[in-house]
Amino acid sequence: MLEIVFFYIAATVALVATVMAMTRANAIHALIYLIISLLAVAVIFFLIGAPFAAALEIVIYAGAIMVLFVFVIMMLNLGEKGDKQERQWLQPSIWAGPAVLSIVLLIELVMVISQTNGPVSFTAVSAKEVGLALFGPYVLAVEIASMLLLAGLVGSFHLGRRYLERDNLEKQGGQ
Amino acid sequence: MDGLNIPLNHILLVSSLLFAIGMLGLMIRRNIIFILMSLEVMLNAAALAFVAAGAHWGQPDGQVVFMLILTVAAAEVAVGLGLVLQVQKRFKTLDMDHANRMQG
Amino acid sequence: MSETIWLIPLIPLLSSVTLMLFGSRLKASQIGMLGVASVGIAALLTLLLAVEFMQNQQAIRLSLWTWMEVAGFAPGISFYFDGLTLVMMSVITGVGFLIHLFSTEFMEKDPSYARYFAYLNMFVAAMLILVMADNLLLLYLGWEGVGVCSYLLVGFWYQHNANGHAARKAFIVTRIGDTAMALGLLLLFTQLGTLDIQTMVGEANQTWQVGDNIPLIACLLLVCGAVGKSAQLPLHTWLPDAMAGPTPVSALIHAATMVTAGVYLIARTHGLFLLAPTAMTVVAVIGITTSLMAAFTALMQADIKRILAYSTISQIGYMFLALGVGAWSAGIFHLMTHAFFKALLFLGSGAIIHCLHHEHNIFKMGGLRTRMPVTFWSFMIGSAALAALPMTSGFFSKDQILLQAYQLPDIGPALWAAGLLGALLTAIYSFRLVFVVFFGKANTEPDKDTGWRMAVPLSVLCLLAMVGGWFMIPVSEVFPASDGSHPAHWVEYVSIMVPIVGVLLAYFIFYSGRLKIDGLGNSTLGKRLGQFWFSGWGIDWLYDHLFVKPYYGLANILKGEPVDAIYGLIVALNQTFNHWLSVAQSGRLRWYLASMAAGLILVITLAANLSGGSL
Repeated sequence: MLEIVFFYIAATVALVATVMAMTRANAIHALIYLIISLLAVAVIFFLIGAPFAAALEIVIYAGAIMVLFVFVIMMLNLGEKGDKQERQWLQPSIWAGPAVLSIVLLIELVMVISQTNGPVSFTAVSAKEVGLALFGPYVLAVEIASMLLLAGLVGSFHLGRRYLERDNLEKQGGQ
Repeated sequence: MDGLNIPLNHILLVSSLLFAIGMLGLMIRRNIIFILMSLEVMLNAAALAFVAAGAHWGQPDGQVVFMLILTVAAAEVAVGLGLVLQVQKRFKTLDMDHANRMQG
Repeated sequence: MSETIWLIPLIPLLSSVTLMLFGSRLKASQIGMLGVASVGIAALLTLLLAVEFMQNQQAIRLSLWTWMEVAGFAPGISFYFDGLTLVMMSVITGVGFLIHLFSTEFMEKDPSYARYFAYLNMFVAAMLILVMADNLLLLYLGWEGVGVCSYLLVGFWYQHNANGHAARKAFIVTRIGDTAMALGLLLLFTQLGTLDIQTMVGEANQTWQVGDNIPLIACLLLVCGAVGKSAQLPLHTWLPDAMAGPTPVSALIHAATMVTAGVYLIARTHGLFLLAPTAMTVVAVIGITTSLMAAFTALMQADIKRILAYSTISQIGYMFLALGVGAWSAGIFHLMTHAFFKALLFLGSGAIIHCLHHEHNIFKMGGLRTRMPVTFWSFMIGSAALAALPMTSGFFSKDQILLQAYQLPDIGPALWAAGLLGALLTAIYSFRLVFVVFFGKANTEPDKDTGWRMAVPLSVLCLLAMVGGWFMIPVSEVFPASDGSHPAHWVEYVSIMVPIVGVLLAYFIFYSGRLKIDGLGNSTLGKRLGQFWFSGWGIDWLYDHLFVKPYYGLANILKGEPVDAIYGLIVALNQTFNHWLSVAQSGRLRWYLASMAAGLILVITLAANLSGGSL
């Protein structure tokens, strides 16, 4: 019973936090709301019997990935000017059309979902089971994921290195 | 445990709402950082749906797919943020509507 | 002498090449000297050859080298020389020499003096090759060579658009006949395996019977070529327009020599035509029809050169008539006498035009009898010969043709009567010309009289036109002898009387004015008929509407490349789609995202509906 209450609270927090994140003008504020949203989703994971997924959500999503965002925002150093600009861009004339599209999509999704029913079993699926499935039938997917990560590594290194090098070159040229 | 379980419908509804909000954010924001955040929200919504489905059947497959999504998100953010730096460098702005010139 | 006949065409050819290459550096007197002398030497050599031929009567074959050799087909650069060739060569070099001499004065003031003589010499060379050729292929070379020279000379004053148009017309219309002739040559070669004329005729007589189909087709194809070159119906329309060239050119090419090449061709291959009596009848009918048509037209013309042009067409019609009825030697005889008197008339008209500020209209002349006596007497004699008045050269030749035509079974008398009508008309229109131009009151004053270089050729041709009828042309060995029978005497008397009547009619109408034809000419029918005849029986109009206009129409349609339009449509479609799609590729990320979202909605809707809602 308590789990159900917790679920609804977590779901509400997640939704509200996400909406807030999407509408903030300041990037850091938005990011913090996003982290809250992710943490709420982690709670939902925990409640529906996926503790391993919940842990990963906190560690990797809310931790590692969001830290990346923080670093980048700090590097860019947008300041007050960026905030004003963002507020200016968030006019109704801009978001009205996309909002209609999103609502239509949502209605469709709800209609599709409403046909399914049945509860979620609270039998926790342990990390061991997940690990067995991962390195059993899904080993090929793991290999592909590793390649994807490698590609991401190489790509981000390439892009970031050129950014830094050019920066240095310009400084040298300025002197 | 006690028969009063969370309905699958509701979890999927939350997932759909998150997805729709993410998509809305994707479409209305012009700042590339917010676009990337919106993408994260959408990926997260999809991950929630997978995990919920896995929990519904009591199988680990849902969590396996969640981990793959996590990998995709990590790689995408790494490359995406690298691009953010390049965009800022080249166009002196993060407005994606300015970066609409194509080469070739 | 017989070994050196190849020199005769070579000398004018060399002179032509010299003039083409170095003409711009030579003085006018040198150009004239070279041009005239080369043809003069050729004429002299021909004369020597003629003397020798008269003594031994031997036909000569001279093979210089093999032109080409492909799978048993080996035409040579080789010449054949007999009585017929001699007659043609004499006309070409003799009359040609006189016309060259005349040209030196006529063209004196022209800036393209060297070009003129280069063309003219080349023409003489090509024409000599045509008549001396041993095989039909070499003959065809000469045939096309004279065609090219005719084209170049008709369009000699190419600065005027009309002249270029006339030249192209002459070239294209004769080309129609030439194409048919080429087909004839191919047919003969595939059937007989040779184009050597003498061998071929022998083969043909062994292979085919009289009246077979293949010789008929071959002969008709050759006739097409002859009709084109000799300006007979239905390909005669180019000759009146060809008068755009300088007058001596008209005299040489379009009266004396080139236009008679068709006659020569048929006479040369008469062995084939004897195998195809139908073809001969066709030739005779073409000849007499053309003759009458052209005579009526000549009656109405006002341009002195056009009168003579139609008269030429008419006279060649007589030659065709002669060939068609089997009077080979009479046809060739008429060819020769016609060359004399028609060259005389053309040169005479050239002298008038030269001295009258390039005036062509006969009604603006008049009274020239006392002021240009040499020309007057030339015209008198030439017209008398043209009208076939007794004792002139034209009388003998035309009389022979008419009498032999009369003797033909079935259609003979009809041909004879039609020929007589033609002779009457000839007398009328030729003396109409004389009376209008030389008598009456003067309308235009000549600014000069003819110089000696014009007077001498005129005088010599006068002499030839008078006495040419007494020549015996040495063709008895070439053609089969006629049966020698003579028609009744009254036929001969009528033939003699008709031209005299014609001259008298012309006298009464155009000189004394005792016979009034104004009433006839002003009646509706008379006007219509006169207009019809004046336009050359509307044949130009007919061809214009039948061939030229549809061809232009077709060309206009094809100018837009309608086949390409199909591909153009594909290209245009692709470009349209390209424009539509490139609008989508705006480079605006949010627009892409919105599109993707819309697509996503669409796909989900479709999937939900297709699966019956049980997704």
